[in-house]
Amino acid sequence: MSETHYIELPSVIESVEEAAISADEYARGHGFGDEIIFAIDLAIRESVANAVKHGNKFADDKSVQITFSDLEEGLEIKVRDFGSGFSVEEIPDPTNPENLLKTDGRGILFMRSFMDEVEWSNPDDGGLEVRMLKRR
Amino acid sequence: MSDITITERQAGDVTILDLQGKVTIGEGSVALRTTIRRLLGEGKNKILLNLGGVGYIDSSGIGELVSSFTAVKKEGGVLKLLSLTQKIQDLLAITKLLTVFDTYDDEASALSSYN
Repeated sequence: MSETHYIELPSVIESVEEAAISADEYARGHGFGDEIIFAIDLAIRESVANAVKHGNKFADDKSVQITFSDLEEGLEIKVRDFGSGFSVEEIPDPTNPENLLKTDGRGILFMRSFMDEVEWSNPDDGGLEVRMLKRR
Repeated sequence: MSDITITERQAGDVTILDLQGKVTIGEGSVALRTTIRRLLGEGKNKILLNLGGVGYIDSSGIGELVSSFTAVKKEGGVLKLLSLTQKIQDLLAITKLLTVFDTYDDEASALSSYN
């Protein structure tokens, strides 16, 4: 299996499962253990769901691009959408008492909780990219 | 094939929903929502969700648990959780929702708590 694997998926909910399957295959193929695979599975599902729903807003003409890389320090995943982007700081903290009963807004918390590094950037040609790293 | 199977049982006036599978974005979350809304429509508002068979839940599924909790409460009822796996317990702890939900390890204790 190559060091870097790239997939491009349509902006549909089914892409979440497809991305998770790809992540699982890649991580297992590169010798990552169950604990790490659970974290990666959760993070990829949340990030791709965000890209499909909030980024691309289910647009037929916008895809989600995913890159898996087996780096020395761990497994890196990049998920990119082609929406209008957003500022992570604007997402309310779902653990604040006033937000506990909100039905959404927990995906980023999960990504941050289970991955060792999570950062967002706005590529020059539009959209939003999240880069996540899970250390070995 | 659906991601989730929901089986309904009655124990006195408490409706127990045994969930098997995944409560995730899409079908899993929708199935839970539909079932809860139907029970409320039938006047069943004491609901125990048995999550022992749920191998996976994502943020959308957690959101659906919260939505179910508030919908039941709004109808004057109570929704409680039974048999959380360690992973689900971890997710509820991270989101601080263990402070919101009443959770039980065994069915008898859960049922008696409704009295």
